[in-house]
Amino acid sequence: MLTSTSLVYLIALPLAGSAILLLGGRRTDKWGHLLATLMSASSFAVGLYQLFLMIDRAPESRPVSQKLFEWISVGSFNVDAGLLLDQLSICFVLLITGVGTLIHIYSISYMSEDRDRRRFFAYLNLFIAAMLILVLGDSYLSLYVGWEGVGLASYLLIGFWNQKPAYATASKKAFVMNRIGDMGLSLAIMIAFASMGTVSFSGVAEQAPNTSEAALTGMGIMLLVAAAGKSAQFPLQAWLGDAMAGPTPVSALIHAATMVTAGVYLITRSNFVFDAAPTAQLLVVIVGAITLIFGALIGTAKDDIKKALAASTMSQIGYMILATGLGPIGYAFAIMHLITHGFFKAGMFLGAGSVMHGMNDEVNMRKYGALRKFMPITFVTFGLGYLAILGVPPFAGFYSKDMIIETAFNAGGTKGILLGSLTLLGAAITAFYMTRVMILTFTGTKRWDDDAHPHESPWLMWLPMAILAVGSVTSGYLLYHNKLLVHWLEPLFAPHGEHEELLKPIVVSALALTMVAIGVAIAVLKYTRQKVEAIAPTEVSRITKFVRQDLMQDRFNEAVFMRPGQALTNTLVATDEVVIDGAVRGVGAVAMNSGSALRGLQNGFVRSYAALILIGAVALIAAIWVVVS
Amino acid sequence: MKWLSFLMFLPLVGAAVIAVLPKTSEKAAKQAALVTTLAVTIATIMMAIGFDRDNVGLQFVEKYQWIPSFGISYALGVDAIALVLILMSTLLAPVVVLAGWNEAHGGRWSVKSFYILILILETMMIGVFAATDVFLFYVIFEAMLIPVYFLIGGYGTGERAAAAVKFLIYSLVGGLLMLASIIALYVMSGDQGGHTFDLQALSNLEMSSTTQNLLFLGFFIAFAIKAPVWPFHTWLPDAAASATPGTSVLLLGVLDKVGTFGMIRYCLTLFPEASKTFTPVIMILAVISIVYGAFLAIGQKDIKRLIAFTSISHFGFITLGIFAMTSQGQSGAILYMFNHGFSTAALFLVAGWMISRRGSSTISDFGGLQRVTPVLAWSFFIAGMSSLALPGLSSFVSEFLVLVGTFTRYPVHAIIATFGIVLAALYILIPVQKALHGPTTPGNEALTDLNLREKLAIAPLIAIIVALGFYPSPLLKVINPAAENVITQLGFTDPAPTNGGK
Repeated sequence: MLTSTSLVYLIALPLAGSAILLLGGRRTDKWGHLLATLMSASSFAVGLYQLFLMIDRAPESRPVSQKLFEWISVGSFNVDAGLLLDQLSICFVLLITGVGTLIHIYSISYMSEDRDRRRFFAYLNLFIAAMLILVLGDSYLSLYVGWEGVGLASYLLIGFWNQKPAYATASKKAFVMNRIGDMGLSLAIMIAFASMGTVSFSGVAEQAPNTSEAALTGMGIMLLVAAAGKSAQFPLQAWLGDAMAGPTPVSALIHAATMVTAGVYLITRSNFVFDAAPTAQLLVVIVGAITLIFGALIGTAKDDIKKALAASTMSQIGYMILATGLGPIGYAFAIMHLITHGFFKAGMFLGAGSVMHGMNDEVNMRKYGALRKFMPITFVTFGLGYLAILGVPPFAGFYSKDMIIETAFNAGGTKGILLGSLTLLGAAITAFYMTRVMILTFTGTKRWDDDAHPHESPWLMWLPMAILAVGSVTSGYLLYHNKLLVHWLEPLFAPHGEHEELLKPIVVSALALTMVAIGVAIAVLKYTRQKVEAIAPTEVSRITKFVRQDLMQDRFNEAVFMRPGQALTNTLVATDEVVIDGAVRGVGAVAMNSGSALRGLQNGFVRSYAALILIGAVALIAAIWVVVS
Repeated sequence: MKWLSFLMFLPLVGAAVIAVLPKTSEKAAKQAALVTTLAVTIATIMMAIGFDRDNVGLQFVEKYQWIPSFGISYALGVDAIALVLILMSTLLAPVVVLAGWNEAHGGRWSVKSFYILILILETMMIGVFAATDVFLFYVIFEAMLIPVYFLIGGYGTGERAAAAVKFLIYSLVGGLLMLASIIALYVMSGDQGGHTFDLQALSNLEMSSTTQNLLFLGFFIAFAIKAPVWPFHTWLPDAAASATPGTSVLLLGVLDKVGTFGMIRYCLTLFPEASKTFTPVIMILAVISIVYGAFLAIGQKDIKRLIAFTSISHFGFITLGIFAMTSQGQSGAILYMFNHGFSTAALFLVAGWMISRRGSSTISDFGGLQRVTPVLAWSFFIAGMSSLALPGLSSFVSEFLVLVGTFTRYPVHAIIATFGIVLAALYILIPVQKALHGPTTPGNEALTDLNLREKLAIAPLIAIIVALGFYPSPLLKVINPAAENVITQLGFTDPAPTNGGK
């Protein structure tokens, strides 16, 4: 493989930015945000440079690597700190640094009133560096560093305003649920080492064909647990909604465009494991299918604009995860949807931030309404993202989502029909809740609080939104045209045979658009014909209540894990003091009591001492006699 | 040059200097202690540079007759395992002195005596790892209790007298069992070529498996109390909660390591067969320690007790690695001993500063410290991240090596132990949230941030934690041959990749 000496700059630049801002403290307040933005942009430039170099090379020699130093080496466990940039990781590098830089620019204005803006930018740069380690590491263990690194950055940013207890709790919840996923990643690495003797991607890819399906299935399931934690997939999804406590640019970058898609990256990167482990693959599909419906349903009942978008993110990643479970043909489509989603969802989140900016940080959509006149740019850019996520041609989501629906139908037999129908159903629900967001926010009558003075955001904010909107419009077609992305990624995956087409692509598109139209129509009928209340109605059906409580995800976790865990902890704390320490003190008490009892022997009478000595001597002689004979 | 004796001698010189200082010159006593401990650190580093990492035998060997009639000698020597532990101890000593500059003032006795005790303890910390005569080891093992007893009972807080007595009795009981085993070894050596306490000679003794098992238990229980391994742990939280922060650092960071060090040096070397016999039981105790310690830490309301319980969990990992009998497990365990010293020291020292500022060690009395004392809060946070083994920090490397090394031979144990990483997130993030986040709790508004002295004390710890997280190779290269040697001596080799049974 080709080697390069410049890959490390991708990571080193934002890492240095973060270190300078954190160690420099208040001295860097004046220019910290500019330095951080520059570092992110420089990293993007290095990424572009690498892309051009890569395009020039023949497909089979496109990957480049760089060994930095020997990291951990004990016995046959040898892990280098090494980087790998191939056709897959370059997609992520450009998405992370590109969208990342736009969000840095946006944040300069968005966070300008915050006393800790410098710290915010330090965390953003830290995140970029960690996310790049995640996608550039050449082994599962190097990936792990980035994997927990982005978890740390996410924790710090969700809890950026952690003086509010609820926000501090949200950040802790995210970290702990992610750690459950990390446990899966740890175990996957252990399985890889125990069965294949290596933890590098190339090593595992090489050894996978010689390894039993049982081991690969175990590893695959553990990787899926990891992916579920990071990508907020069922059953580890409950943290993402609360993560919206973080400043909105964070929600756009970390909790929509990049970090939460790391699970898709992990599964795609491990294609050689999943391709040989059909059971694990089936579980991937099931998790994706459940989450795409689960997230979409949650999205229908959210009044908080950010939480509605978060539920949507969960659902859209469900589509991607589902695609990765469909085998070699699905990986490229998962990545395609990941990229288009990165554009339109980040764009919509920034739009939500723009709305909040104009509405005194209000997030309740029931207190919006008619904002289209006051925020025309936000309305247009958000609207383009809306058309993209719905999958209206020719916007980005049309290409990427349709490919997933098509592939799902082509999975074969009942499975194919079931999966295809679920993805179609998801498209309809998506259309419903996104239309609801559009109507509640931008049209209808105004339901603002008295002190709201909505206004369009400054250019530093709307420019990134506009650029992302361009991506929402064009990225789908560009990646789809001439199968650009599919061919680009092809050398990385196992060849896939021609699948039998269950439905012609045009039929799938027609079905999908019909479902979308139904979803839109229901939302329009429901939210334009009757007046929207500024306060959410409480007299609602049981189903609505159930959905409003996020399908009881928190109640479930609390009842099944948290409260029993707390009970166990309290019991153990009490037992430790009473039983274990008590037993020891009991021994002490016995010693003391026997001491008191024996004190009777120490009576000071020489004759009783003499008697004791006699008894002792006889016993000793008897003992020696027994031993000797 | 007799490096090891020199290292042991240096702190005594410092102690003597402090002893002759006038009673009022407290500051001079502190300075003398700091200079002495720094000198020992430098001397240790110079010795370490001369260490030949490819030689798995003992180096810097010294041997003098002590009590010839009993075959007792003053014999010293280090392998890589002892070397890194001595290095850790002497690196921690000046940090402890600097960090706890004012902690002797509330004591029952003078500030001078405090530093004399600390320096005497440092001599013993070096000696206990360097001794190669079993009797000498035993003497230092027991004698160490004395300065610690006075440090807890004389300078601690709360129920310091009770905690000191509990510590002493626990340790003495363990020591007594070990003494019985040592005497038995001595007696047997008389039948097999001459009375001796020499570790090398004793390890070649022939004995029946019953004898070996009994003697093994004598040693192991002593070390399990010291480490501490569940269920011998209840002395530690009391002792750590009552001692001054500096003493707690030496207690958790150094003295407890004598337990896990002893398991490798004495249990495995002297009783290889018995070690194998008891391995299944010990592995279970280790896993229980990991999970139990973590749950108990989560349930604590007192920050010092919380940290003590996290250590019980961490010692479970170390024990697991030692008895997994793989090169990754063994190297991981040794590296873990080194890393744990610094991450626990950082956590405990920062907690100590929080407590001395607030006058309370109850976690819920803090709150919102990130706004009031950002440097202190960051220090606590980074130390906490190291304790939960965040990748990129030193503990991750050792913890992962232990897990992966355990998994290749004992997958079920490793899987349960891996749950520990979720629990670790809880036991660190709960106090982080309560103490550092949220609104500033009344009474904390005027707390002062770390001063220059405190920053100078914590900085090297954080530097070591970060540096060894990304670049542990230099240390691993020293540890690996010794770890490899331990498992080959017992006839083990690493399991080959299984290919999942294909």
